[in-house]
Amino acid sequence: MKIGLFVPCHVNELAPEVAIATLELLEGYGLTVDYPLAQTCCGQPQFNNGDLKGADRAAGRFAEVFAGYDYIVSPGTSCVSHVGAHTPDALSKTRSRVYELVEFLQDVLKVERLPKPVYFPHKVSLHQSCHGLRLRAHATPSERMLPYQSRLERILALVDGVSVVYPQRRDECCGFGGSFCVDEPEVSVAMGEDRVDGHAATGAEFIVGAEPSCLMHMGGVIRAQDKAIRPLHIALLLTGRGGA
Amino acid sequence: MKDDSIRHPAAAREFLADRERARWHDSAIWWVRQKRDAQMAQLPEWETLRTMAEQIKAHTLSRLDEYLEAFERKAEENGVVVHWAADADEHNRIVHGLLAERGVNKLVKSKSMLTEECGLNPYLEARGVEVIDTDLGERIVQLRHEAPSHIVMPAIHLKKQQISELFERELGTEPGNFDPTYLTHAARANLREHFLSAGAGLTGVNFAIAETGGLVVCTNEGNADLGSALPPLHIACMGLEKLIPRLEHLGVFTRLLARSAIGSPTTTYTSHFHKPRPGGELHVVIVDNGRSEILGREDFYQSLRCIRCGACMNTCPVYRRSSGYSYSYIIPGPIGSTLGPSRDIRKHASMAFACTTCASCDNVCPVRIPLSEQLVAQRARAWQTGALPAGKRAAIGALGVLTRHPALFALAGKTLRKVFPILPAGLAQDNPYSRPGRALPEMPAQSFREWWLQNRKKP
Ligand code: SF4
Repeated sequence: MKIGLFVPCHVNELAPEVAIATLELLEGYGLTVDYPLAQTCCGQPQFNNGDLKGADRAAGRFAEVFAGYDYIVSPGTSCVSHVGAHTPDALSKTRSRVYELVEFLQDVLKVERLPKPVYFPHKVSLHQSCHGLRLRAHATPSERMLPYQSRLERILALVDGVSVVYPQRRDECCGFGGSFCVDEPEVSVAMGEDRVDGHAATGAEFIVGAEPSCLMHMGGVIRAQDKAIRPLHIALLLTGRGGA
Repeated sequence: MKDDSIRHPAAAREFLADRERARWHDSAIWWVRQKRDAQMAQLPEWETLRTMAEQIKAHTLSRLDEYLEAFERKAEENGVVVHWAADADEHNRIVHGLLAERGVNKLVKSKSMLTEECGLNPYLEARGVEVIDTDLGERIVQLRHEAPSHIVMPAIHLKKQQISELFERELGTEPGNFDPTYLTHAARANLREHFLSAGAGLTGVNFAIAETGGLVVCTNEGNADLGSALPPLHIACMGLEKLIPRLEHLGVFTRLLARSAIGSPTTTYTSHFHKPRPGGELHVVIVDNGRSEILGREDFYQSLRCIRCGACMNTCPVYRRSSGYSYSYIIPGPIGSTLGPSRDIRKHASMAFACTTCASCDNVCPVRIPLSEQLVAQRARAWQTGALPAGKRAAIGALGVLTRHPALFALAGKTLRKVFPILPAGLAQDNPYSRPGRALPEMPAQSFREWWLQNRKKP
């Protein structure tokens, strides 16, 4: 099984530890993982700003760079959702091979335990990022009348000692929104503040999620306000890097 | 009428300057979303209903011409006079003509977003007709000379204190009495006089049934019923997308509408009109005003399924934190942000960007309009027509160049990471990301790419 690691731009530059944890987690299951150095951007920013040609060019490049791999795995849910849903139909082979980390662990590897047991005796408040939630069915959105399920909850069941809670307004957006965070900075910050307050009000020590950009945005709000709660990407938790 | 030079980010900043009031606005509207969720939870068939509603509307839109003609035939058989208006101006002329021919100088109106869209009130007022909005929320914004800030709850942006002051000034209520029941009774007494003295009543239309030629109007205050029952002339104005084929389809929509809109199992009044009252007249004005153009657009025709329940506004985290007045089009929130740009992308481009693409609206919408996709598709129109701010275009263009050159891409990232930490604090704050309340991320010493080259790269 040839696996190509796709590291979104913001993770590469701003949260390299998340990519390292993802890599080590996959290697922990005995897999060989390659990081193709020619990778750049998946094209989501272009797409979301209306530059469809630019987005298609980026998608075409993405498909070429990852052409030789059976699976493309990434710790970035939002970029994966873009590649999976918004790239040209001609790239359908790429679309169906791209997985967010937890999806890959659950749907392809069908893991029942972690490579190294993790004991994490802490309360964590789950952050269901919108694109994972509503574009990749990571959980049941609160708007829908459907049986409840949550991928993140299921994978956290493999961690010892952890207790999972949700904020009030279980799945409201944190306000990051890609370029929205600079186009509409005041609304973005107001949403981020409300979201952080919601997570903090549960008494949890960590906000755990699968989308690094939301966690980065909430982390910025937390630092500006000097709050105690900490954002934590699920890959870090699953590799025992909870930092607690 | 609405000032269409509004740009969402600037208006939202202004609204959020009073953070306490903004928080109150957010929670007042979230409360309605929660009521909606509670109603949904009582109907196991909820998702099936949504699918049926979507399909009935999609089917109707695919043969709209046939259903419109069938409706017209049936309505005329019933004694209703049917008028066709190609645009807002023709709509206004028809309504004014009907009033002028009968010497009517006072019109009582129940809620109709269509007449807001057409600017009917100022048109009639300029021609000497007194127009009284009779929905309580609409009456409040009318007395304040404002547009509605929400399509179902027009005065949701106001607190009872503000309404008390307004009524003290306009209706002579007791100073300092904020009691909602007292204020409502005062408005009601005042409106009752207008109902009795008006020469005509105008209502909107929620559903028009092709099979029966019937009109259905859903309200909670009974004002549409008084307005249509007291004066001798009833004018009903509807957009041409309000049709459903048969009476048996109506239940699907009435079950969804009030639950989605206000979290009630039904609207207080669901009134059916088929023919004029004895001695009275019933006229219906069917308005296009840009709708058939939207119907012809592959990317956007789905927005015509909308039943104007307002649920997409209530769930929208941006709407709740910026209010209806931050949007340049008369209909705010997610649905307005596709309808407005469909009408005029240059004027309303900022609405299409007032969205994080969280897609909550897509999931809440009772007729399953893919609203967030439509907004992103409107961004593509903004890009193609040059309606984007120049800076944004340049930034996305530059990203395109970097995307094709991995070495440059890595260099740009590194520069960002290395430069920010050594900037003086003041300068580092001067970027589009940092705001009071949000700090820049910490900049790691090494990128993942650099780490990989050091630790994993096979020679
Ligand atoms: S778009 Fe859907 S949710 Fe929004 S007002 Fe229309 S019907 Fe309601």
